[in-house]
Amino acid sequence: MAVTQMVGARIQRREDPRLITGHGRYVDDMHLTGMAHMVVVRSPHAHARVVRIDLTDAAAAPGVVAVYTARDFRTVLAGALPVAPAFVPDKKQVPDQFPIAEDEVVYQGQPVAVVVAEDRYLASDAAQLVRVDYDPLPAVMDLEKAMQPGSPVVETGRPDNVAWDAEFPGGDIEAAFAEADVVVSERITQQRLAPIAMEMRACIAEFVPFENRLTLWSSTQVPHFLRLFISGAMGLSEAQMRVIAPDVGGAFGSKIRPYPEEYLCCAAAKLTERPVKWNEERTENMVATTHGRGQIFDIEVAAKNDGTLVGLRLTQLLDVGAYHGVFSAFQAVASLVAGGCYGWKAVHGRSIGIFTNRTSTDPYRGAGRPEATHLVERAVDMVARKLGMDPADVRRRNFVHDFPHTNNFGLVYDSGDYDKTLDRALEIVDYAALRRRQQELRAAGRHIGIGLSTYVEICGLGPAAATAPAAGVALVESSVVRVHPTGSVTVVVGTHAHGQGHDTTFAQIVADALGVPYDSIDVRHGDTAESPFGYGTYGSRSLAVGGMSVLKSCHKVVEKATALAAHIFEAAEADIVVDGGRYHVRGNPADARTIGELAFASYGAGLPEGMEQGLEAVSYFDPPNFVWPFGCHVCVVEVDVESGAVHIDRYVAVDDCGVVVNPMVVDGQVHGGIAQGIAQALFEELRYDDDSGQLLTGTFLDYLVPSIAEMPDFELDRTVTPSPTNELGVKGIGEAGTIASSPAVINAVVDALSPFGITHVEMPASPDRIWALLQEARR
Amino acid sequence: MKQPVSLTVNGRQREDLVEPRLLLAHYLREVAGLTGTHIGCDTSQCGACTVLLDGRAVKSCSVFAVQAEGRAVTTVEGLAEGSALHPVQQAFWDEHGLQCGYCTPGFLMAAAQLLDDNPSPTDDEIRKGLEGNLCRCTGYANIMRAVRRAAATMNGGATMPVSGTPAAAPAAAAGS
Repeated sequence: MAVTQMVGARIQRREDPRLITGHGRYVDDMHLTGMAHMVVVRSPHAHARVVRIDLTDAAAAPGVVAVYTARDFRTVLAGALPVAPAFVPDKKQVPDQFPIAEDEVVYQGQPVAVVVAEDRYLASDAAQLVRVDYDPLPAVMDLEKAMQPGSPVVETGRPDNVAWDAEFPGGDIEAAFAEADVVVSERITQQRLAPIAMEMRACIAEFVPFENRLTLWSSTQVPHFLRLFISGAMGLSEAQMRVIAPDVGGAFGSKIRPYPEEYLCCAAAKLTERPVKWNEERTENMVATTHGRGQIFDIEVAAKNDGTLVGLRLTQLLDVGAYHGVFSAFQAVASLVAGGCYGWKAVHGRSIGIFTNRTSTDPYRGAGRPEATHLVERAVDMVARKLGMDPADVRRRNFVHDFPHTNNFGLVYDSGDYDKTLDRALEIVDYAALRRRQQELRAAGRHIGIGLSTYVEICGLGPAAATAPAAGVALVESSVVRVHPTGSVTVVVGTHAHGQGHDTTFAQIVADALGVPYDSIDVRHGDTAESPFGYGTYGSRSLAVGGMSVLKSCHKVVEKATALAAHIFEAAEADIVVDGGRYHVRGNPADARTIGELAFASYGAGLPEGMEQGLEAVSYFDPPNFVWPFGCHVCVVEVDVESGAVHIDRYVAVDDCGVVVNPMVVDGQVHGGIAQGIAQALFEELRYDDDSGQLLTGTFLDYLVPSIAEMPDFELDRTVTPSPTNELGVKGIGEAGTIASSPAVINAVVDALSPFGITHVEMPASPDRIWALLQEARR
Repeated sequence: MKQPVSLTVNGRQREDLVEPRLLLAHYLREVAGLTGTHIGCDTSQCGACTVLLDGRAVKSCSVFAVQAEGRAVTTVEGLAEGSALHPVQQAFWDEHGLQCGYCTPGFLMAAAQLLDDNPSPTDDEIRKGLEGNLCRCTGYANIMRAVRRAAATMNGGATMPVSGTPAAAPAAAAGS
């Protein structure tokens, strides 16, 4: 019996042969006959009035096909970029964003004109010749100043700079604080980050005049969203538009929205009646692709002398940028999960979204949950420090133990065993010995720090009942499972993989569920012409929602195959035994039909009364709950107190994402996630000049994406606590590493520096920042 | 004004007329049609476009096509010999050394040259040898493992055939 053989197998990815031999197909690898190239002319100013745009020289430059500004695009594009109502339906302001600026630019990098030319070099040449006169206006950059009455506004005509202001009451917070023996408070900053997918954004649009058909190839996480919104803007039905996301070189949330350039490229294809390609350059990517984080949290934590946590109060100031991202307000979810894996009498959150003259922020790997985890894991350490307790003990004392657990906001944690992952991680690092070693080294003038992060995260978006009101769409997921007449299987899914390995893991699920050879299964995604409406890949949802949809389709196929087998064997359905891919009458296993034989029969004549030909099924899966992965990460650092440099000595991660389909893929997701959290903790920051609003870290020269030289080896282990939310027992793992890791690193850095009286370090914990803290502490 | 360039790409002689300003990366992708060489930045930091020029790893975004006159270029498409993957390719596959695959060709070329120069590198030497390449998916852990594994394979002299069948697939499932 083949069932359960493939799920859990550590097999190589089937995606890899093409990718390691140079045969991947990313958008820029494609070339259409007659194709022209588009280059976007962008605002160099954070905020300015556009006085005049002179296209004369650009239009006359060699190889130029056309030069367009907003006025041209208004003839073919209607409406504004989409904004999901996410979590704050009473949003104060939702300003319209047209894909290209008209008479005012409100962030550096905003499109003001496009040049279409015969090749990318000529288009770039001509773009240099577009002359734009700007009249600079005050740039709104500081979140707190932006909220003050009388502050300049981000865009002329807006009443103020407040995007939303929402309270999230989770219990009687006053009563909780009244019980407290100690209260600690801190300001914790989440710096702006660039998601940095290695493949920058790119698209090709082809418009067929007279037929009014549009095809868009795009490097996106959400092909169906693009079709939905761009077809509408172009005055087309969804049936007239096809979106194809081929191989996509990473996304991390930055390809979750329909982008201005995708609209402009489609419109340019229609206006020029030629296929048009647009490639983002990295310097454009840094300034014009959505950013992540960009938040300030003020937190207050109430605890008792024995370490019992009672109350958590937080205010989130979120830098929205000049316009809402499509899911910017999703990040208010931080309040709802700020309690982490601990029991609290009350948690009270307030989220204020604030417009600034910067690029929009939108989800970046974790989106709201890394921020929540960072603050609560810092909070627990601060309480431990205040009370002179071991941080591990404070965690244990406050862990939630009974599942399902309903948190202060009514969210239901499905399953967990937080002690188990903590115990295992501490065992791996030999915590007691490590603490002794820390004391010995301190005596010798060396400073190591041990940082814990015990996290739980909400993912697997998500139940329709929760996401439809919050996100504006019910984030269910779809699949088609089609068994061909000779028994091979095509699976088409609504999710989209861009490194996650779905082709492999979904085939593993299907191999078991149908009892067919793994190699006979083809998994396809990314083409709206092939798949049912899909919601895409983000929020660690693809397995727990998309994988479940695949399983559900398989069940329907098995059901039909069983009915057909009963007909062929002239037996009752109840008497048919399904043994992997073999169907027989109970008690007579020798006379069996394979699913391949049944598939062949299903396309023929002589089917049971009322049964249609074919063996395939479509499913939409709506999960009954979110899923809640958890775990414990331990980071050990040594800080050079002369230079401020941080060295990671060890990084141990014990994660629990429920049942694992492919351990190799899961380990890879954890590695990459941790690396991005370490990158935030120690290296990366998008810095802007406060006066001019200019991005100061616009290339890899000054935005420090870590290389292999900066990354430690990771020591991974796992516990398996199946999710009761779905039949596979799976949770998500795409974001867990990022969610867990930044507090583990920062807690370790603060722990190392504790002899100097330092109680908090902001991110990135760069040598200059630590050196400055030490100078201040020694004064 | 275009000018002629004559060079060898993956063992084949080519002659083309190109603009003097055409980058080797764009020449390979758009003139030679070899799109395995990727471009991930515009400041020569990311290494995605790494190819071998006369056997030395170079970032092809920082070389003009005309500078390759009379020289031999090897791209990721030229790394395998027939159906036999280069040990570095095989090791990246075996160790899950790639996720989205975009940076991978650059890493493969840089790793191939690293191991050519130093068949038994220490971990520090691997880190130093590959620090000119950026990956955003893997956290580098499995890239380290892959390079160690490739070194071991090359020292043992073995290569493995390309196969669509996962090496570790359970026999029951593969045979059912």
